[in-house]
Amino acid sequence: MTRVLMKGNEAIAEAAIRAGCGAYFAYPITPQTELAEYMARHLPEAGGVFLQAESEVAAINMVYGAAGAGARTMTTTSSPGFSLMMEGLSYIVGARLPCVVVNVMRGGPGLGNIAPSQGDYFQATRSLGHGDSHGIVLAPSTVQEAIELVGLAFDLAERYRLPTVVAADGLLGQMMEPVTLPEPRTAPPAPAWATTGAERDRRVISSVYLVPEDLERRVLDLMETFRTIQRHEPRFETYRADDADVVVVAYGSMARIARSAVDRVRRDGIAAGLVRPITLWPFPAEPFDRPVGVWLVTEMSAGQMIEDVRLAVAGRVPVEFYGRVGGMVPSPVEIATAIRTAAARKEVAPA
Amino acid sequence: MIGVVERVDEMIRVAGRPRALLDVPMHYCPGCTHGIIHRLVAEVIDELDIRTRTIGVASVGCSVFAYNYFDVDFQQAAHGRAPAVATGIKRVLPDRVVFTYQGDGDLASIGAAEILHAAARGERITVIFVNNALYGMTGGQMAPTTLVGMRTTTTPLGRDPRAHGYPLRMTELLAQLDGVAYAARAAVIDPAHIHKAKRAILAAFRAQLDDRGLGLVELLSTCPVNWGLDPIESLKWCETHMIPAYPLGVFKNALA
Repeated sequence: MTRVLMKGNEAIAEAAIRAGCGAYFAYPITPQTELAEYMARHLPEAGGVFLQAESEVAAINMVYGAAGAGARTMTTTSSPGFSLMMEGLSYIVGARLPCVVVNVMRGGPGLGNIAPSQGDYFQATRSLGHGDSHGIVLAPSTVQEAIELVGLAFDLAERYRLPTVVAADGLLGQMMEPVTLPEPRTAPPAPAWATTGAERDRRVISSVYLVPEDLERRVLDLMETFRTIQRHEPRFETYRADDADVVVVAYGSMARIARSAVDRVRRDGIAAGLVRPITLWPFPAEPFDRPVGVWLVTEMSAGQMIEDVRLAVAGRVPVEFYGRVGGMVPSPVEIATAIRTAAARKEVAPA
Repeated sequence: MIGVVERVDEMIRVAGRPRALLDVPMHYCPGCTHGIIHRLVAEVIDELDIRTRTIGVASVGCSVFAYNYFDVDFQQAAHGRAPAVATGIKRVLPDRVVFTYQGDGDLASIGAAEILHAAARGERITVIFVNNALYGMTGGQMAPTTLVGMRTTTTPLGRDPRAHGYPLRMTELLAQLDGVAYAARAAVIDPAHIHKAKRAILAAFRAQLDDRGLGLVELLSTCPVNWGLDPIESLKWCETHMIPAYPLGVFKNALA
């Protein structure tokens, strides 16, 4: 396998094609547009369907139709478009359909800007649209990891019949890195529930359960699946965390900056480490069950993941926060300063 | 009442039940014409012998449960999004027959963008568009299709164009698009009109089967409950008020 230099957006697209994505629907939006352009050039030659939708609303509903018809399918967008997809995602969860949604996050709220952000954490992890709705959320921090998580996203979506969101950010989408691409694989045949039309008992894909007892049963089934996912799918990585007194929590691009900052303050004798959630939902609670002096949550958002960290830490030790918003990307120096401040405040002794 | 039920049973015995229609009670209100339209669609599916390769897309509104009545695979779509869902199905299964069944609130209001662009793309789908001039399921609110002067629960003094705009004639609008192969409006108010409606539905499926483009039939329907009329009066009102506002006919025919 050869290593190639690829832009994050294009690598995600190539990874989806190699994962056997057979149908892709999207609407242009910066900073994910190269992803759609790459799919337009390469998905049809791989035998898949590319279609530019009239809106993100239509794109996610095309995904609903294609997923229901048994195709391995995907859409990609950036924050404002992700908002528009919330309606369709709720129906996809309600109808139990697998699909992958890549959100290359940008600054908000509103039209915001096209600079990198992690401001859609709540939207991705709390509820995909209205109702008791969840999807799996994966957060890559390198282009290579984005490739691997796109493949995993299809597998998880199909295993649990739920949407999987790949939460990337504008930095990851736009950066170029050397990567190794996986071998192409083919999608499985249409599953036994897909509406493909045939000489057999008819199949129906729907999220309507008018009788409360029926809908409750349906949602209880869904909750059972959520619990199974919470048991089996949390993923995370730790870095220099074993002996750390100050542990930074960061995901995605932010985690790479935090990692540099950890190395920087380690040189000054501060026992710092990093916990990097890879699944944002289910949020990994396990790495927070360790004796540390202080947790420092860093985000390219106003403090969203910190709520999950606080739940995991459950008040045992202080949880501090450092974030930049509006598309600003903190530097390793900034994060190192935030680590030193947190360490000093909690009087964490030098190692 | 027993006499009426016996007559209906007798009619079903004479006319037969289409293979594509399930033998289950429908939830529609007395006098509602959804039942007639369901039957016509099912008869056309039978006549074209496409039941085992047809996938329907139900919408939101009174026909939300259309999937309970047709013996074909079905997907239920979000409000207005049926043409996008149908696009997703048809693009991955191009050899299947895909139709949407949508009301006027669904297609002409919240789903205006989805039907317009599915039509512009010339999606090979068939659209059954049922127009009763208001939102039936939610209890009779104004729809884009509500007639000028018509009273609904959200236009209690009647639709005033100055405040509420004008009725939207979707079929004429969509017929202008190159992607539309067949566009017609029919009414289901008496046997002669019902016969024409069936021919239009057949042509709208033909447009898809012959790979010509999108096929659309608008069917002027009734809503006795929300119109505040009995079923017979509703059929008359459809003829005297709906048809003048929504002329019947074929507005586009790229078949043959």
